[in-house]
Amino acid sequence: MSPPAEPGTAPDEIIRFEKVTKRFGALTVLDDFDFHVAPGEKVTLIGPSGSGKSTVLRILMTLEPFQQGRVELDGISYHEPGGKGPFKASPRHLREIRTQVGMVFQGFNLFPHMTVLRNIIEAPVAVLKIPKEEAIERATGLLDLVGLADKKDAYPRQLSGGQKQRVAIARALAMRPRVILFDEPTSALDPQLVGEVLNVIRDLAHEHDLTMLMVTHEMRFAREISDRVCFFDQGRIAEQGAPEEIFGEPREERTREFLQSVLG
Amino acid sequence: MIYGIHWDLHSPLAFAISILPILLIGMKITVEATILGFLVALLLGLVLALLRRVPLRIIAWPTAVAIEFLRDTPLLVQLFFLYYVLPKYGVTLPALFTGVLALGVQYSAYTSEVYRAGLEAVDRGQIEAATALNLSRARLYRTIILPQAIPRIIPALGNYLVSMIKDTPVLSTVTVMEMLNLAQIIGDRTYRYLIPLTIVGALFLLLTVIASTVVNRLDRVLPKEGVPLR
Ligand SMILES: Nc1ncnc2c1ncn2[C@@H]1O[C@H](COP(=O)(O)OP(=O)(O)O)[C@@H](O)[C@H]1O
Ligand SMILES: [Mg+2]
Repeated sequence: MSPPAEPGTAPDEIIRFEKVTKRFGALTVLDDFDFHVAPGEKVTLIGPSGSGKSTVLRILMTLEPFQQGRVELDGISYHEPGGKGPFKASPRHLREIRTQVGMVFQGFNLFPHMTVLRNIIEAPVAVLKIPKEEAIERATGLLDLVGLADKKDAYPRQLSGGQKQRVAIARALAMRPRVILFDEPTSALDPQLVGEVLNVIRDLAHEHDLTMLMVTHEMRFAREISDRVCFFDQGRIAEQGAPEEIFGEPREERTREFLQSVLG
Repeated sequence: MIYGIHWDLHSPLAFAISILPILLIGMKITVEATILGFLVALLLGLVLALLRRVPLRIIAWPTAVAIEFLRDTPLLVQLFFLYYVLPKYGVTLPALFTGVLALGVQYSAYTSEVYRAGLEAVDRGQIEAATALNLSRARLYRTIILPQAIPRIIPALGNYLVSMIKDTPVLSTVTVMEMLNLAQIIGDRTYRYLIPLTIVGALFLLLTVIASTVVNRLDRVLPKEGVPLR
C-alpha cells in the first residue's frame, strides 16, 4: 500500500487532475476538479448517480475530452501544446497514453463475435505485436487467474454475466496496464454473481504495482480493498480519506446521508 | 432474325420456343449488368459511408451532399448524363459499361445508407472497449465494427439487389441489348408483343426469386452476433 500523494509531490503521482473543467454542452460535470493518485494506490470512487465518477474514469481512458485544466498520467499531459481536435492531442499521443491504462465496463463490452480467447488476444497481437503463440499462452494464464480456463473457446453469449466480466478483466490485463479502471463492474450482475467478480478484483488489489480506480456501490468491498475512498458530490470530491474514516466517521453531512441511503 | 436466330410464327408455342434463345442472350446481359453494377454499388457505397463518418467536415459534408444528390435524381438522368455528356469530355465508354456505372453509382447512394445504419447500430460500448484496448481505427473497423454490422446489412442490401435487377431495363435507352430491349425489337418486327413480354416478365421473376432466395439463405447462415473477418 502506498501512502496517498501530497499535492505537489509530482514523482509520487501517477494520476493528476488539476483544475479540470468538463462540460457536456451547457452541463458542467466537473468544475475546477482536483484529484491525485499515487502509483499502486487503490482508490474507490463513491457517490450519488450523476456526480461525475464515470466521467473521471472516462477522461483517464481518453473516451471523453475535457475543456480546461490539466490531466496527467505519469507526468505526461493529456493535452498537447498546440494539440488539435476535442482532445487537444494527436491520435498518436492518445495511443501513447492508452498503453498505460485499461478499463473494465459495467456492461462488459466483450466482442460478441469472437471467442473468449480471441477477445483476450486481439489487442495484444494487433497493438503490442506480441506473437500469437505467446499471446495465447499469456491469455491462458490470465484465464486461469480469473478461473475460466475451460471457457477459452466459448462465445460471450454462452457465459453468465459474472463470467463475462471476468473475461473482460482478463482482456484488460492482457494489455499490461499500469492503471486499471473499473466502472461499476458488478452493477449489471445478478446478486449471486457479484462475489465471483469481486474475488478476482480482490486478487488484483494485492498487486503492489497496479494502480486501481474503481467506481462501485459495493461498500463493504470498497472498505476492504481500498487505500482511499473518495466521496463524489455534484462534480467534486466532497470528502476523501482512508476507508475507516469515510465509512466509520464521515465528517460531511452529505457523505453520511449518502452512506445511509446505500447501506440502508 | 436477331443474332442469326430466326423466329417461328406458326403457333404461339413455336414462337415462344424460337425466341427464347434470343431472350436468354438478353438475360445474360441483364445478369452481367446487375452483378457488375451491384459490385460497384457495394464498394462505392462503403467508401461513401466511411467518408461520411470521417470526423472532418470538409470530407463528411460534401460526401453527404453527393449521396443526397445521387438519391434524389432519377437513374435515367444519371444514365443520360454519363452516356451523352462524358464523351464530350473525351471519356467514351461502351454502352454496357456506362449502364453498369450508372446503376452502380446510383445504388451506391442507397447502399451507403444501409452501411451507415448498420455501422451506427453497432453498440457504442464496442467502440469504447476497442478504444480502451488501443486498437487502431483501421483495426476497429475491420475486426469489430464491420463484422457486427454485416449481419444487419445483408438483408437490406438484398432488397436493393432485387430492385437493381428490376431497374436494368433502363439500360435499353442507351442501346444495351438486355432482355426487355430484345423483346421490344422482336415485337416491333413481328407485331407480336404479348409472348416476348410475357417471357421477359417470367425471366425477371426467375432472377429476382433466385436473388431473394440466395440472400435469405445467407441471412440465415450468418451468425447474428457478427461475422469474424480474418
Ligand atoms: N455523453 C453525455 N452527454 C451528456 N451528458 C452526459 C454524458 N455523459 C454523462 N453525462 C452527464 O454527466 C453527469 C455525470 O455523469 P457520470 O460521470 O456518468 O456520473 P456518475 O458516474 O457519477 O453516475 C450526469 O449528469 C450525466 O447525465
Ligand atoms: Mg457512472
